[in-house]
Amino acid sequence: MNSYNYRDIFWNGFWRQNTGLAQLLGLCPILAVSTSVVNGVSLAIATIVVMAMSNAVVSALRNLIPYEIRIPVFILIIAALVTVLDLAMNAWLHELYMVLGIFVPLITTNCIVLARVEAYAAKNPALPSAVDGAAMGVGLMLVLAVLGGMRELIGTGQLFAGIEMIIPGAHAVQVLPADYPGFLFAILPPGAFIALACLIAGKSWLEARNKAAQTSTGAGCVPAAH
Amino acid sequence: MEPVIPQPTPFGLSLRTALTMLAFTIVFTALMAGTYEATQSTIAASAEEAKLQLINEVLPPASYDNALLRDELKLAAAPELGLPKGASVWRARKAGQPVALVLEAVAPDGYAGKIRLVMAVMQDGSLGGVRVVEHHETPGLGDYIDPKKDKNKAAPWIEQFKALTGQAWKVKKDGGDIAYRTGATISARAVTNAVARVAAFARSEQAHLYQQGAQP
Repeated sequence: MNSYNYRDIFWNGFWRQNTGLAQLLGLCPILAVSTSVVNGVSLAIATIVVMAMSNAVVSALRNLIPYEIRIPVFILIIAALVTVLDLAMNAWLHELYMVLGIFVPLITTNCIVLARVEAYAAKNPALPSAVDGAAMGVGLMLVLAVLGGMRELIGTGQLFAGIEMIIPGAHAVQVLPADYPGFLFAILPPGAFIALACLIAGKSWLEARNKAAQTSTGAGCVPAAH
Repeated sequence: MEPVIPQPTPFGLSLRTALTMLAFTIVFTALMAGTYEATQSTIAASAEEAKLQLINEVLPPASYDNALLRDELKLAAAPELGLPKGASVWRARKAGQPVALVLEAVAPDGYAGKIRLVMAVMQDGSLGGVRVVEHHETPGLGDYIDPKKDKNKAAPWIEQFKALTGQAWKVKKDGGDIAYRTGATISARAVTNAVARVAAFARSEQAHLYQQGAQP
């Protein structure tokens, strides 16, 4: 059995192949739900659970699934797990379900879940697969939190609106002055596209800068070695 | 890779694949059915709990003493409530005397589709309260009809209906008494008109609604 570098798997899902910024998969829920930090993070939490679970289960069953019908079987497994999670949350975590409830069925339609099952879980053991799924979900959470924060702040001047649904007693933070008129455009769908574009550009810029820094220090190392 | 199976016939191959698919379907459907069985009663109980909590917001629980959710009247069709396929009315009573009607209703003409409401109409015709259950109004613009989204936490927009008995149940723009926020008249108008329709319905049908299928 190979040993798996979990740090590498995590970094891959969290940053390098980030679903929202690099793979650009599952954009529909990202754009629809990122109107506020709380909404975005809530969807991401539900996605983390579903992706870790579906990756682990598919990976455990991968030797039983004939190659020709793997896609319908994967979809069946994902849909069944989402349904089970949806029912279980509704019954035993009702408060949380009231907040996340609408997002959970939405995850079935998120192609990133199927993409990771096909690309990773079908070929790797259960534990690395679960870590891969969770890491992808955490990467999604990063994007959704930042995107939600940008749109919420520019759109309404507040942050963390709706947090009282998750943490009772907590309040939204008024960041900009209370008479900030709001900028509706940021909250409407076009704002989501523009904010996401800024994030993708930011990631590319960071990577380009790191690469440049590496090359120049690398070049600087050569004379130093003399 | 799996071991190579010696030359299966096309028929044998499709049969084997179909049976594998069937086996997976049975296992995972059983998993879903089992979870449904195990959670169903808890879900029903918490749905009822949530409904009661919502009703508590429009009608103080101390004002009645009957089992409100059990004292439900199913209306076959209620176009006045915006529910042509049937609606539920819950009847609050204290010591057997009518206190208030709790009605569900739909405002069909919101800015982005239907707005679902629940409201209490007291015995004297005044309003116990109104709550928006579901809506799709523009975030940050028309969604102030929902007190959870209303930025004015001290005096949410929807609270002005409380204890209101006046006749001019229209937004000010239409010559009534109900305030609205600039830039989002349509949401306020839809809710206001629905509230006015429901209140008129509850008042005129009051005696009838309390008596129908009354429980001891």
